[in-house]
Amino acid sequence: MALVNIKIDGQAFQVEEGLTILEAAKKCGFNIPSLCAFNHGKCSLASCRVCLVEVKGARGLCASCVYPVSEGMEITISSQKATEARRASVELILSNHEKNCLQCPKNGHCELLKVAEMVGARDQKYVGDMTKATVDELAPGLIRNTAKCILCGRCIERCKEAQGISILGFENRGFETIVAPIQNRSFAESPCLQCGQCVNVCPTGALMEHSEIDKVDAAFKAGKYVIVQTAPAVRSAIAEEFGEKIGTPGTGKMVAALHRLGFYRVFDTNFGADLTIMEEAHELLERITKKTAPLPQITSCSPGWINYLEYFYPEVIPHVSTCKSPHMMMGAIIKTYFAKLHNIDPKDIFNVSIMPCTAKKYERSRSQMPNDIDAVLTTRELAKLIKRAGINWQRLPEEEFDNDLLGEYTGAGVIFGVTGGVMEAALRTAYYWLTGKEFEKIEFHEVRGLEAVKEADINVEGTIVKVAVTSGMKNAKPLLDAVKAGKSPYAFIEIMCCPGGCINGGGQPYVHPTLLPNEDDDILDTYRAKRASVLYKEDEKQVIRQSHNNEDIKRLYKEFLGKPGSELAEELLHTSYDAHRERFPKK
Amino acid sequence: MAHLQESAVKQIKEIVERYKNETTPLMMILEDIQKEYGYIPLEVQELVSDLTGIPVSEIYGVVTFYSFFSLTPKGKYVIGVCLGTACYVKGSQLVLDKFGELLHIQPGETSEDGLFTLDVLRCVGACAIAPAVTINGKVYPQVKVDGVAKIISDIKAQEAAQ
Repeated sequence: MALVNIKIDGQAFQVEEGLTILEAAKKCGFNIPSLCAFNHGKCSLASCRVCLVEVKGARGLCASCVYPVSEGMEITISSQKATEARRASVELILSNHEKNCLQCPKNGHCELLKVAEMVGARDQKYVGDMTKATVDELAPGLIRNTAKCILCGRCIERCKEAQGISILGFENRGFETIVAPIQNRSFAESPCLQCGQCVNVCPTGALMEHSEIDKVDAAFKAGKYVIVQTAPAVRSAIAEEFGEKIGTPGTGKMVAALHRLGFYRVFDTNFGADLTIMEEAHELLERITKKTAPLPQITSCSPGWINYLEYFYPEVIPHVSTCKSPHMMMGAIIKTYFAKLHNIDPKDIFNVSIMPCTAKKYERSRSQMPNDIDAVLTTRELAKLIKRAGINWQRLPEEEFDNDLLGEYTGAGVIFGVTGGVMEAALRTAYYWLTGKEFEKIEFHEVRGLEAVKEADINVEGTIVKVAVTSGMKNAKPLLDAVKAGKSPYAFIEIMCCPGGCINGGGQPYVHPTLLPNEDDDILDTYRAKRASVLYKEDEKQVIRQSHNNEDIKRLYKEFLGKPGSELAEELLHTSYDAHRERFPKK
Repeated sequence: MAHLQESAVKQIKEIVERYKNETTPLMMILEDIQKEYGYIPLEVQELVSDLTGIPVSEIYGVVTFYSFFSLTPKGKYVIGVCLGTACYVKGSQLVLDKFGELLHIQPGETSEDGLFTLDVLRCVGACAIAPAVTINGKVYPQVKVDGVAKIISDIKAQEAAQ
């Protein structure tokens, strides 16, 4: 990469050609406040005007997030003209912003608040009309409050980049401009996947998860048996909420915190994941050997993906596994098998799932499985519960999940939280059932990693089985087009909605570099791999790494379900899909 | 999109086809559709999205950004009242209000019988004859508040005669 000579505030530096002024300044040790810019300027519309600097010879001030450095460029960040302009930009944004910061759900994670501090914004500097606000609370997964929106466009770009569907866009013009699904519809009345990727990039509280903390509080108050389970990916990121570096495992402390919060049982969704593997691997074998349904079989754990399926590829529904997702299976088993053996009336049980996901909130409200789970909290909401209760994370001991009927779990369950994990876990079991032998090479490294589409050929005693793994709907689209056209070469495809899988889910802690001074500059490129490594390490540590060797699973089948695919298993653990969901229902 | 007529689908496909070699064809496509049908409803935007691969949200954003595009059908007679500086000073706001009062519509709306649409214009370059009103392109000079009723009744009489 060629280098160019630049000067910042009079000091000479050599930086890579092609960088924006914002990036170059950061590398040289300067902090220019910015809001709309993120992801290496890829998503930057230069809309917020917060990152203005002086460039010698340029007309007016320059937005540093889109202005590339060039040879001999002289940049001034600290002049009175530049600092006043940046302050004015932020004050103008604040003049049209709902400023109930104390009670805002984004409190503690707001980039606007941070930037206001950095530029020294003054109170009530510009006062006047506010744009008419829309608050959308109809969708179970997400809420949108335009009164807090600063029109940066990050969410628009993320939706397009990750899912390729561009639910959000700018509407109207001038003072009336808002960011919304078309016609300012609710997320619930547009083909939104409720994946929450937009929430992850929103710098303010304009886009948030739809909190269900109140429901959990009410259940405790009503004296219910409140049982909690946590998804694999939650442990990979929860520690970040308490100031730990990204990639710090949080399993033991998280379990300890849940015990202190008073949950009746603290379970690991990994048990549900093992159960899913039993059912899904069984279904795959049925498809291969008895041709009960078409191949390839596609995984069904990700509710964002299921939304995409129903809205955009209803023709592919016969290919999708009928398995409920792990936490829904777990919920169904808690309210039947667990309740029966403990002599508890299922009506007195309140199932809470801690998920890295906003779409799971929508999933639990689907009419196809109405009573399995009663509330879903995101990783971020769990952190709020812990903070609210006065628990000091750093002082927590490491504790184990409750070992009570649904306690044991395997390494196969843990890796569900990362792209390729479901495939890898299913292959371990399917291989065993096909051949009667454990697959010697437990780890399928071909399906690991964060590439758009990963392929592998599995040699099952001479027969080659082709599999593929993808995440992000934009990446999944070509695979689905091939399936729809009957030209897919694969037997089994894993699809997860969020790029990188659940570790990067829409309910995970925010990765806003402005608010993470202790992380490296390239954290936006590395955080997913860091979180994934937490799960792979936990898998390696497990003695049992195949779902079919989980003793509690064996007992569940022996004493209750019969065998995978039995009538009872079908009733409790499988679901159906809607081929007629309207993308834009008439209002 | 089931309720788009087949002939309309065919014509919109033709319009999209016209600009297939353009790098940024959206404005041209929308302009042609607006001219042809007088408005661009959501169903048509979805069709254009399917044909071009441009997301509906982006198309909707463009349609709602430019006042030239309309989401609802326009009336047979589109009344534009200029609120540019000269016309405004000469009292065009009162003229606009009078049209609204007599037609029972707000600016941007269309009367129930589908005959009139009331629009606000920002300077039509005819400041010498302020306040100016245009109806289907024809300019009415120096319109007075008490002349509005006659303009409407003349058009209605003309319609009745046909």
